[in-house]
Amino acid sequence: MSPVLATLAAAFGSVIWEESHGQDVARVPSNDWLAFAQAAKDAGFEVCVDVTAVDWMRQRPERYEVVANLLSMSGRTRLRLITTVGRGEPTIDSLTPIWPGANYAEREVYDMFGIHFAGHPDLTRILMPDDWEGHPLRKDFGVGSVPVQFKASHQVS
Amino acid sequence: MTDEKTVDVWVAGTEEPQFQPTDEGAQELGLTESDARLADQYGRAVDDDYVFDDEVVDEERMIINMGPQHPSTHGVLRLQLELEGEVIRRSKPIIGYLHTGMEKTAEQLTFSQGPTNVTRMDYLAPLHCELAYSLAVERLAGVEVPPRASAIRVLMTELNRVASHLVALATNGMDIGAVSMMIYGFRERESILAFFEKVTGLRMNHNYIRPGGVAADMPPGWKDDVAAILEDIPRRLRLYDDLLKENPIWIARTQGVGVIEPEEAIALSITGPALRATGIDWDIRKAFPYSGIDQYEFDVVVGTRGDVYDRYQVKIGEIRESLKIVTQVMETMPRGDYRVDDAKITPPPRARIDESMEALIHHFKLFTEGFKVTAGETYVAVESPRGELGCYLVSDGGAKPYRMHTRAPSFYNLQALPVAMGDSLVADTIATIASMDPVMGDVDR
Amino acid sequence: MATTAPGNLLMTTVERAARWARTRSMFPATFGLACCAIEMMATGAAHYDLARFGMEVFRASPRQADLMIVAGRVSQKMAPVLRQVYDQMPDPKWVVSMGACASTGGMFNNYALVQGVDQVVPVDIYVPGCPPGPQSLMHGILSLHDKIMSGEIDH
Repeated sequence: MSPVLATLAAAFGSVIWEESHGQDVARVPSNDWLAFAQAAKDAGFEVCVDVTAVDWMRQRPERYEVVANLLSMSGRTRLRLITTVGRGEPTIDSLTPIWPGANYAEREVYDMFGIHFAGHPDLTRILMPDDWEGHPLRKDFGVGSVPVQFKASHQVS
Repeated sequence: MTDEKTVDVWVAGTEEPQFQPTDEGAQELGLTESDARLADQYGRAVDDDYVFDDEVVDEERMIINMGPQHPSTHGVLRLQLELEGEVIRRSKPIIGYLHTGMEKTAEQLTFSQGPTNVTRMDYLAPLHCELAYSLAVERLAGVEVPPRASAIRVLMTELNRVASHLVALATNGMDIGAVSMMIYGFRERESILAFFEKVTGLRMNHNYIRPGGVAADMPPGWKDDVAAILEDIPRRLRLYDDLLKENPIWIARTQGVGVIEPEEAIALSITGPALRATGIDWDIRKAFPYSGIDQYEFDVVVGTRGDVYDRYQVKIGEIRESLKIVTQVMETMPRGDYRVDDAKITPPPRARIDESMEALIHHFKLFTEGFKVTAGETYVAVESPRGELGCYLVSDGGAKPYRMHTRAPSFYNLQALPVAMGDSLVADTIATIASMDPVMGDVDR
Repeated sequence: MATTAPGNLLMTTVERAARWARTRSMFPATFGLACCAIEMMATGAAHYDLARFGMEVFRASPRQADLMIVAGRVSQKMAPVLRQVYDQMPDPKWVVSMGACASTGGMFNNYALVQGVDQVVPVDIYVPGCPPGPQSLMHGILSLHDKIMSGEIDH
C-alpha cells in the first residue's frame, strides 16, 4: 500500500481496503463518508472523477452502494470509495462541499436511484422530467414496461 | 343543365383540417398544471445550484430561456439565463432532453452487444466509447488483446479524435460567425469517414471495437488511404490558421471570453481540452496509458489563459499530435491476430462452423447467451476528444453487465458553463458553449 | 387548395406551379437531436450538398420553416418541445422522421424514449438507418419532393 493510503488507513480504522484488478478500493462506512473524503482530498486526491451507485436489491444486506472515483493528478493514482446505503429512505452525505464537480453526478444518482444526498445545494431531477415518478435504474423498475407517456398510442410495449 | 358553374373557392379557415389534432403529446397548459410547474416552464423560478453573492433585483433582470431547440446549443441543451440588459448574471443549464436510458439498456444486452449501445453515447467519438467499454470488460474477464488489435484500436481512435475535433472547430466557427469553417470542417471529415466506412462498415456508430479485439481486420490497401488522409489534413489545417488564427474579429470574439481558471477546472472535475487550455498538463494517454499508446511519441498541447481562443488552439494542436500518432502506427503496425484467440470470447470464423462441431457450439453459445465474465467491478478511463471518458462496470458473474455506468466528460464539463459565462454577454455564451464542445448524447446518456 | 371544378385548366396549372415552388425551396427547421443530426449536418455540408435542392438554409425559427427533419432520438422530456415546435410551423408543413430512433424508437425500447415520433407529430417520410447516411437522407427528401409534386401528399 502506498504511503498516502497508509496514512489514510491509519487515520480511519473502520475502512476496509481492497484491491480490484489493480485499483485501490476503500470500503467506507456511511458515517465516515464525508470525513474520509475530506481526508482523501487533503492527502492529494484533488479531483472527484465520478459518483455513481449500484443497486444490489436483495443480494447484499444494504441495498445500494454509492461509489466515488477519485483521482490524484499529482500522484498519478486513482482511488475508489464505496459505501453502502440501506433501503427505505437512503441518505448519504453529499460530496459537493468538498468537490463541487460532484454536483451533477449526485443529482443523477438521486434521479436514477432515489438516494438523497444531505447537504447538496440543489437535489432535483436532472435527466428525467421533473414530474416523473419512480427511479429508473433501480432493479425493480422495469425497462420498458412503464406505460409510455403518450397514452393514446397503440404501440406501447 | 344549368348556366351556373360552381367554382370552389378556398376560404382560409373553413377547410377540413387535414390532421385531427389530438392532445397526444401536446403540451397542456391548463387548470391541472401546478403553479410550480408553470413557474418553472415560464422561467419565473430559477433554482440556483451555484452560490452567488448578489441579490436579484426583480425590476432590472429578465429571465430568458435558451433552447432546447436552438441552432447554437449543440444539441438539446436548455439554458435559463438571468439577463441584466445584455449581460448574463446567472445561468443554469437544464439537461435531460436526450436521456435514452442507455445504462438500463446495457443491463439487458450481453457483453459483446454492449458496444452497440455505448457507441451511441458520445456520437462524435463512438470508437472511444467502445474502447472504454471493451477495456473494462477485458479487464474484468482477464483477457489480453494481441498487439495488432491494440495498434488498430489506437489508429482508429486517434483518427476519431481528429474527426471529432474537426466537427468541434466547424461548429465553433459557425456559431461565432465564420460559416466557412463549417464547410471546411465537414469536408475534411468526409475523408476520414470514408476510411471508417471502408474498415468498419459504417460512417458513424461503428460497433467495431469489441471485447476481445476488433471486429474485423484492416482491409488491403488501408495504408494508402491513411497516407492520403495524412497528406490532406495538415495542408487544410493551414487554411484554418489563415482564416482564423490572426483574424482580428476572431481574436476579439474569443480572447478573454469564457475564461476558466485552473483551480476552478480541477474543482469542477473538468477534463480534456478545456482543462488543458487552462494550463494544466493532464492527459490520460500519458498518465494511465491504455492499449499500448505509450509506444508512440506525441506531445500534450497546453494553453495558457483558459479562454475560447486557447481551447480552439488546443484542438488544432491535438489534431496535429493525433496525426503524428497515426503516422507512427501506420509505420509500425504489427502483424498478427486482430482479436484474442480465446474460443470462449471470440466467435469462430464463419467458414469453420460448417466443419467443426466445437466451432458451431461456441458460435451458438456466444450469440445466444454470451460469454460470462467473472464477478467484480472496475473503472477504466480513456482520453476522448472531450475529456476523461470512463466506464465503471460491475459484473455478477453472468453474461450481462450488472451495472454499467459511463463517466461522461461532457456531463462534467457542462458544470463549468455557469462559471465561465458569469457576467458575460449573450453572444459570448454561444462562443463558450461551442468551445466547451458538449455532446448531449454523452451528457444525457 | 381545392380544385374540383372540372375542366378548370387554370387552377390545375396554378396548383402544379405551387407544388413546384414548394418543393424547390423547402426550408428545413433545425431539429437535430443526436447522432442523426451530425449526418444531417454532413448532408448540408460541401460533400453531399443539400443546397442544390434549395435547402441549405436550415431555419432556426420554426415560423420560417416548411420541413421538420426529426433527426435523432426523442426522449420523454423532449416530446412536448417537439410538438410545440411542430405547432409553431405554418402550413404547409411536412415531417421527415430520420433514423431508426425517430421512426420507431430504434434499438432503445425502454422507458426513456418515445417509441416513434409519429406518436407526437404526423410523419410523411420515414428514413431508416442508424444513422442514415447522407445519401439515404437525400433519397428520403427527394421522395418527399416527388410525392408532393405528384399530389400524393396533399398538404
